[in-house]
Amino acid sequence: MSIHSNEENLNFYQHKGKYKGIFAWILSTDHKRIGLLYMYSILTFFTIGATFGLLMKFELIAPGKTIVGPEAYNAFFTLHGIIMIFAVVIPGLPAVFGNFFLPILIGAKDVAFPRLNLLSWYMYVTGVTMILVSMLTGKEPPDTGWTFYAPYSFRTAGNMIPAVSGAFVLGFSSVLTGLNFITTMHRMRAPGMTWMKMPMFPWSLYATGWVQILATPIIGITLILIIAERVLHIGFFDPTLGGDPLLYQHLFWTYSHPAVYIMILPAMGAISEIIATHSHKSLFGYPFMVGSVMAIAFVGYFVWGHHMFTSGLSGTALYTFSLLTFLVAIPSAIKVFNWISTMYKGSIDIQPPFIWAVGFLFVFMVGGFSGLILGSLAANVHLHGTHFVLAHFHFILFGGTGFAFFGALHYWYPKITGKMYDKIWANTGFVIFFIGFITLYAPMFYLGYKGMPRRYYDYDEMFHPGNIVSSMGAWVLYAGAAIIILNLFISLKKGVKAPADPWGGKTLEWTISSPPPAENFHEQPVIEKGPYD
Amino acid sequence: MNTSTDKQYQALTAKFGMWVFLFTEMLLFGGLFIVYSVYRLRNAEAFHMASQDMSVFIGTANTIILLISSATIAMSITAVRNNKKKHALLFTGTTVVLGLLFLVNKYFEWGEHIRQGIYPGSKTLELRGYGDTLFYGLYFFMTGLHALHIIIGLIVIIVIMTFIARNRIHSTRYSVLENGGLYWHLVDMIWIFLYPLFYLIT
Repeated sequence: MSIHSNEENLNFYQHKGKYKGIFAWILSTDHKRIGLLYMYSILTFFTIGATFGLLMKFELIAPGKTIVGPEAYNAFFTLHGIIMIFAVVIPGLPAVFGNFFLPILIGAKDVAFPRLNLLSWYMYVTGVTMILVSMLTGKEPPDTGWTFYAPYSFRTAGNMIPAVSGAFVLGFSSVLTGLNFITTMHRMRAPGMTWMKMPMFPWSLYATGWVQILATPIIGITLILIIAERVLHIGFFDPTLGGDPLLYQHLFWTYSHPAVYIMILPAMGAISEIIATHSHKSLFGYPFMVGSVMAIAFVGYFVWGHHMFTSGLSGTALYTFSLLTFLVAIPSAIKVFNWISTMYKGSIDIQPPFIWAVGFLFVFMVGGFSGLILGSLAANVHLHGTHFVLAHFHFILFGGTGFAFFGALHYWYPKITGKMYDKIWANTGFVIFFIGFITLYAPMFYLGYKGMPRRYYDYDEMFHPGNIVSSMGAWVLYAGAAIIILNLFISLKKGVKAPADPWGGKTLEWTISSPPPAENFHEQPVIEKGPYD
Repeated sequence: MNTSTDKQYQALTAKFGMWVFLFTEMLLFGGLFIVYSVYRLRNAEAFHMASQDMSVFIGTANTIILLISSATIAMSITAVRNNKKKHALLFTGTTVVLGLLFLVNKYFEWGEHIRQGIYPGSKTLELRGYGDTLFYGLYFFMTGLHALHIIIGLIVIIVIMTFIARNRIHSTRYSVLENGGLYWHLVDMIWIFLYPLFYLIT
């Protein structure tokens, strides 16, 4: 064996770069290492965010003050929201699996701008650090909720400036990731990989990338305006100076509604990969799947008003936004039907990733249908600002994106680490997690329907039973998540060696060794067939 | 693929990325243009009056300065392409001087307003009413953000000049200069919109 071929057999962990030790990671421009940097940071912040969630459920286990008073509770839901939305769910799938697998799935060596990619990670860490600083310094922690609604966000004594700036920096990081991915897909696809031969996960990242690029700057400027409002009293959202707080809500949701598609589209992409691979069938209706991700991304720009049905919009605006909201259901339903059709007559191999994907379908449909209830005007007036909304978006964000994240983690874990995990523990973890999830969030539909508002530390005695069930669900969920993550960590050491293609997948990542070589492909792949043939 | 086409391909990739970045910049200002249009609609009279107090002379001068600077940065690209290093440095240098001149004008313009007690959060503005508060708030915020972009652009162009001087940018490798130029044109273009909105809407 020559030295050359020895070097070729090294995987990206063994590859000797310019730097040693920790610097081989934090100064690496390898998309795979950056993906893992994101993974560890996101898991850390997820734990912090989930702990805030758990504390809130402790507080809500009984009416009145249980462990904290109203001020601390306000800080809890604010930080839970900011961390989970901006630092976990928005970057989640694109930053971790997008970074790791996008170049591999399209047959490229790296993303288009590797150094920019590393810069995005640094901005990400800086942004989250600023948010954590806001919590620990200043007179009072932020207490506006993650939406920073005006005029409270510039009147409160809470430590808003670091939190808002942190969200701005996170937005910038998100824009750079989107820009990088879009450019990568336009310019670096392997020879023969036409657009319609690109797998679904890259397609979903493509749609996501455009949303990141075109929507995030709006929240960027809006957050700067909040700071200007606090520091300079510029008056744009301050009614005492002629400004209009409603305009803030418009600008905020102009980004933050498309942002939910930043969260869910990559999740749909990952689920498409998992279902196609484990059904051993080509993805059913692939062109429609592509069309529907782009359609969701497009229509998603025009529905922001449904967050403001009770804020005082004109009748015409209400009807229009409600109608457009219902339109989103069409491409979403196309996706669900196509996933089911992919399974139909496939030879289904029931493995942990597939179980997560089926779990995703269930919670995503519950979340989606409850979204339609909220999208209809009359029902919304009753349900707005209640626990029903809370249940709806946790089913979609945590259920949809969270399940897809864990599914993708179990799907690509053998490729990323080169080890197989313990499937029995993985399945046990899923079952406990799923039971916990339903127990935690399903009662919130009922509580909200009965009129329990969100964002209060206290409630009427009539809501007590539902809240006890919900709080117990939180513990089960937390335990389930701990089992899943511990199992994956233990398998790093104890797992058996993973083959190159443990699931019988057809996409490009399964053609290379596990873990992938530093340069991804020894020879430039040439694509002649569809993604799942 | 041989190395020269490979390099060309990379240069085009970088340019593609730059264009996408310019989209995000446009939307950043786009949010402010929405705020502007909403408040202009609601306070048409006050915006009309307030904009009469603006110095059309300085505004016009700055518009001309930026237009010329856009031309000079474009000329520097042609110069680099034809291997004329001295000309390239001259043109990028002119762009920097013009950019600084723009900022100096802006400084005096802002200084004059602030001397009259017109700045965000000032008592004078509050007494003059909602329309004026919003007009000047928008004026300071939008031109301030634009000036920040000018400063970033100037830093980029100065870095590019050192690259040209050290032959890191030359006739076969100038994508950094091209992308810097694109950014500068965008900054110029945004001003083309700001200028009529604040100085000419009377």
